[in-house]
Amino acid sequence: MWSMRILIIEDDAEAAGYLVKAFRESGHVADHAFDGIEGYSLARDGNYDVLIIDRMLPKLDGLSLIGGLRSQKIETPVLILSALGQVDDRVKGLRAGGDDYLGKPYAFSELLARVEVLARRKGSGTAEDTIYRVGGLEMDRLSHKVTREGREIPLQPREFRLLEYLLKHAGQVVTRTMLLENVWDYHFDPQTNVIDVHISRLRSKIDKGFDAALLHTVRGAGYMVRDGAR
Amino acid sequence: MRRSCTRCAALDTWSVTALVRLFRTTAFKLSLLYLAIFAVGTGLVLARLGSGVQELLDRQIKLTIQAEIDDLAEQFGSGGLGGAWRLESAITSRTLQPTSALYLLTNYAGVPLIGNVAALPEGTLDRDGIVETTYRQVGSRAPHLALARTVTLEGGFHLLVGRDIELRERLLAAVGQALITALICIAVVGLLGGLYVASRVLHRINGMTATAKTIMAGNLAGRLPIAGTGDELDRLAENLNAMLERIAELMAGLKQVSDNIAHDLKTPLTRLHNDAEQALRGAREPAQYRAALERIIEESDGLIRIFNALLMIARAEAGSGREGMTDFDAGAVTRDVAELYEPLAEEAGASLSVSIEPALPVHGNRELVSQALVNLVDNALKYGVTAEGRAPALAMADAVAPGASPEPPDGPLPAEQGDWRARGEITLSARRVGRSIEIAVADRGPGIRESDRARARERFVRLEDSRSQPGSGLGLSLASAVAHLHGGELRMEDNDPGLRVVIAIPARDTVALPGKQPPGAP
Repeated sequence: MWSMRILIIEDDAEAAGYLVKAFRESGHVADHAFDGIEGYSLARDGNYDVLIIDRMLPKLDGLSLIGGLRSQKIETPVLILSALGQVDDRVKGLRAGGDDYLGKPYAFSELLARVEVLARRKGSGTAEDTIYRVGGLEMDRLSHKVTREGREIPLQPREFRLLEYLLKHAGQVVTRTMLLENVWDYHFDPQTNVIDVHISRLRSKIDKGFDAALLHTVRGAGYMVRDGAR
Repeated sequence: MRRSCTRCAALDTWSVTALVRLFRTTAFKLSLLYLAIFAVGTGLVLARLGSGVQELLDRQIKLTIQAEIDDLAEQFGSGGLGGAWRLESAITSRTLQPTSALYLLTNYAGVPLIGNVAALPEGTLDRDGIVETTYRQVGSRAPHLALARTVTLEGGFHLLVGRDIELRERLLAAVGQALITALICIAVVGLLGGLYVASRVLHRINGMTATAKTIMAGNLAGRLPIAGTGDELDRLAENLNAMLERIAELMAGLKQVSDNIAHDLKTPLTRLHNDAEQALRGAREPAQYRAALERIIEESDGLIRIFNALLMIARAEAGSGREGMTDFDAGAVTRDVAELYEPLAEEAGASLSVSIEPALPVHGNRELVSQALVNLVDNALKYGVTAEGRAPALAMADAVAPGASPEPPDGPLPAEQGDWRARGEITLSARRVGRSIEIAVADRGPGIRESDRARARERFVRLEDSRSQPGSGLGLSLASAVAHLHGGELRMEDNDPGLRVVIAIPARDTVALPGKQPPGAP
């Protein structure tokens, strides 16, 4: 587990304190700013991996803050937190330069998973790789071929995208809502375990008949593709 | 005595305020305006009449005077004694006739020789043309007005011929009198009419105001009085009544909703409370605490989901989903949802088939339509798969909704094959019917009785047969709100056997949505 430097810009002291504490307990470094101006100068000068920005902030609102940072060529990944959980608000937030959007209330595990994905994205260039490899599993993104230990695994298009997303974030927790958003492009919660069933289908295809499981369930959070042998 | 006086005063004050109120009405002010316009109009007409009469008379008189002068000048001829004599006798004979004619003959020095004029303003004889002048007749004291012309004859004689214009003056005076009378009449009639109209309007407005006050005081059933004349006040009252009707409906709906919310949120809150209490009392091991806390988080997540669903319905009903509208293919959306649910349906022991026509363009909010469709498929899985058709897996899948999301066991769930497959048959279809695109989810379950169908789409309403299943009772409400948002409707039909729920929304190429831009707009 590596350690991230996170800046939380949130005017609700209690919520911010909870987040700072929770991130530190997860082994990360978390700073906190109360308003938009303070947050802006911290975000500009500090070397953060991820910024968590509330949309409603005193002095300078969240979207303007992001716009300001982006115009200064500061490309630190931003996750927008908002009590306005609607699709349109999300679109506005992403258009303003945010990288991810999470409506309140949220589970910390969800926030953590998303922040980890954002921070990792900054460093590695996995999105550009044409071949993903985890354990004996190999995905060729150009020829849409998936093999494990040389044996070809036939996948439906959606299963391919699901596995692709999991592999892209191999070693990281991926939540159900992240899968819904990125694989199915749905930004609502279907309120059933519909994702779980897709995962278990995929699991039966890639893990069945092999010694080590690659697709793991992370209790209370989501799923992770990880090389079990290591 | 004093008492009656107080009453008098009170009555006076009352009538004064009532009068002031009457004067302030638009009807009264309009009456005053009309009054002024009529008065000016009448004045103009009478003034024109007066001046016309004067002109006519003047012209007549002038012609007569000219004719007489010509005649008398002819009598005088080239002058001489004979001419003078003829002129004198002519004037004398004419003055003897009872006319309003004036004659005066003077010598070159202006000394009167003959005629019926006793006095003239000085210099009158020297003026040219026909002039208006005062004069005094022989045998009369009062000065009169006359039009007269003086000509100078051979030998320096001045001959003045004129006509008394007292008649003209009297006519003009009569016209003036008529004008004043008319103005007074107009003022009186106009004021009274204005007061009458104003009091009528005020009476009806007062009726409306009184009703409005009772409504404000809490009598929501009150409606504005309608006179039945079909005039603009009636139309206004009818429209306001329709508005009140709508508000009352919404209020009733709101009350129902808040009652239901209170009731339906109490249940999970109580469970949450009990879980916490029980953990405090009974748990000994950290693992037990952990389990209790996890249950509590699940319960609260469930509550949040209910709130989110409520918010979504409210927003869809308020029309706020319109900003996110784009053009998309209803078939693709249906296929996506079917694909998302196909594994779950299979595990639940149901077969999920799709029947989708090509090219079904709609304009709308893809997320909301998908969510609505997801809710319908969810319902079909929950209620549309009959007990005997239910695979063991379904019970497990259902137990998590709406709040919980326990981890499924690693590895595929056991899928049993058997007769029940035919019973758990869910069909998603998308097709064009006339100008509508109909997306339908059909099952082979017990269905919903026709009498229950309207109620089923209300918030939190869970029909008796469905109580055993977990759920919030919001799924159909949201689907219905989404259909309305898109200018369409949600229908429930018999699937013989089973239920068919249809979201019918206008096709993109036919109908512009209410309040939306014309086709082609972004």
